[in-house]
Amino acid sequence: MSVLVGKATRVVVQGITGREGAFHAARCKEYGTHVVGGVTPGKGGTTHEGFPVWNTVEEAVRREGANCALIFVPPAAAADAIMEAAAAGVPLVICITEGIPVADMVRTKHFLAGTGSRLIGPNCPGVITPGEAKIGIMPGHIHRPGPVGVVSRSGTLTYEVVGQLTARAIGQSTCVGVGGDPVNGTSFVDVLRLFQDDPDTRAIMMIGEIGGTAEEEAAAFIKANVKKPVVAFICGQTAPPGRRMGHAGAIIAGGKGTAAEKMRALEQAGATLVKSPADMGATVQAVLGR
Amino acid sequence: MKVHEHQAKALLREFGVAVPRGEVATTPAEARAAAERIGGKVVIKAQVHAGGRGKGGGIKPADGPAAAEEAARQILGMRLRTPQTPPEGILVRSVLVEEASAIARELYLSVTLDRARATHVVMASGAGGMEIEEVAARSPETILREWAHPALGLGDFQARRLAFGLGLSGEAFKQGAALIRNLFALYLARDCSLAEINPLVVTEDGRVFALDAKLNFDDNALFRRTEIAALRDVHEEDPLDVEASKHGLNYIKLDGNVGCMVNGAGLAMATMDIVKLAGGEPANFLDVGGGASPEQIENAFRILSSDPSVKAVFINVFGGILRVDRLAEGVIAAVRKLGLTLPVVLRAEGTNVEQGKKMLAESGLALIMADDMADGARKAVELARSAR
Repeated sequence: MSVLVGKATRVVVQGITGREGAFHAARCKEYGTHVVGGVTPGKGGTTHEGFPVWNTVEEAVRREGANCALIFVPPAAAADAIMEAAAAGVPLVICITEGIPVADMVRTKHFLAGTGSRLIGPNCPGVITPGEAKIGIMPGHIHRPGPVGVVSRSGTLTYEVVGQLTARAIGQSTCVGVGGDPVNGTSFVDVLRLFQDDPDTRAIMMIGEIGGTAEEEAAAFIKANVKKPVVAFICGQTAPPGRRMGHAGAIIAGGKGTAAEKMRALEQAGATLVKSPADMGATVQAVLGR
Repeated sequence: MKVHEHQAKALLREFGVAVPRGEVATTPAEARAAAERIGGKVVIKAQVHAGGRGKGGGIKPADGPAAAEEAARQILGMRLRTPQTPPEGILVRSVLVEEASAIARELYLSVTLDRARATHVVMASGAGGMEIEEVAARSPETILREWAHPALGLGDFQARRLAFGLGLSGEAFKQGAALIRNLFALYLARDCSLAEINPLVVTEDGRVFALDAKLNFDDNALFRRTEIAALRDVHEEDPLDVEASKHGLNYIKLDGNVGCMVNGAGLAMATMDIVKLAGGEPANFLDVGGGASPEQIENAFRILSSDPSVKAVFINVFGGILRVDRLAEGVIAAVRKLGLTLPVVLRAEGTNVEQGKKMLAESGLALIMADDMADGARKAVELARSAR
């Protein structure tokens, strides 16, 4: 077991004829993910690097039973691509694209609320269930199957913690990157709920960062609903206020969204806080050993 | 992206939000001429991307053209220091000469994103002229909020509710409600991340207008707002930040002496944190991105090492899309080309790590290899300290 993605996931890649789309579609397939093909409007009926290409997501759903869309469409058209996947009835939409205008995401999130689709991202590394399916841009080989659910707003910092866990022979149930944008489809709370209900997840590693209140909301949810141990790290403890730290959502605005506030909230909720990013793996190990 | 007050006011005017009559001047003589055209009492306002200008001596009243010229002479060319500027201040290159107004009431009005609700929120308060954060801390119940519908926008009834809530009546109510609607329209149409009018003033004769204006824009939307992107003033940014943005690098200069080069925003922030935990201070935030080319690595290296306060460099890379061998290629090229003598600590993991490490070992460069993040931070901080 795991959450969100697994052996039954059938992926259609939107933007498959682009450089990133083609490269990562191949890497996902190599990992063992069932990639049924891709969508690039106007290139339907062709094949691209061995993948069939359709004009619409709806065709991929009808012909191949695609139940997950992986999006590499450039920022200007990415919000529309998300809505197309949701309108085609794809239950899980994972958007890697970085740089989507916030106003587009506000409208898109509203659109999604009227559908049965869940969006992961945007501006995220994707989702991986080690040994089953890799749907995103993370390096597959650093993962191993196991009991730790990982949820994070950051890409490379997720690889860092996965690397630390795997080096200690601790595997992961599923790793979910919720993305670094201010408006995203799936929150920490949503993923925490999934991990709490997943029998194969024994502990949760959560990586937050400065900006917004998603970590505070996660803390409230942990306190009320999560019975499994949660280890948390918040990056940006030394970030200056008012500056956007790479991610569009990583900004301390009006004195709000600091790492200190988030760490305090999570600690009070019963999570085990990690001060140094070098100690994430060891802390999870200690928590699992209890 | 930020713009100057006079640029913000030009946009407000375009969208039907009333602002005082005013002109931009870059010399005292121009300020005098502007004051002559405007007539009567004027205010001279320094145009820099920072608030708190009044307290720093960047806003001065003037009785007429001669006084306006003198005030502009004092403000132009000064390094304005406010709580929102760097300690050395910002050089004032232009002033806004504006008609002085007879103010009855000062209000606050803004539009921004409410991240938790994933929609836009209009905020208003009767405490104009104060920082909204201050009002939120002291008396949060006095702040009025109306959340826009994510797809339909702000309803007229919501604009009326805010205007009534601010205690406006008669002609001021009509003008106020229209102004709120127009400000929201501007915010959406130009992809603002913040549209703030503080203070919004009501005059004795019931006129409502924006005395000050601050517009910030969503960087992600600038590709479709070329007219906004053209308003960028690079003088207001750190030259190294500007240089980095040319090469598609996320760089923010900080005060420490350990230069950091990292891939990914989260890992870059975590690297700054661990440098601090090791007893040092990061000199910068630098995210070279997921798919950096050797050329980008080279540019990144050049930019961060051109900061004279950098005494040691810590490269922390977890290669996913970014392969460690490509990183090595960029680092070797940069060090050779720039003739760098700074100590460089390298910690690398991920795709093609063995190949990358081999290339670096064979390059003959004096790189210090680190086992993990903590080890790398310790070594870099130690080297920076001993270099002083």
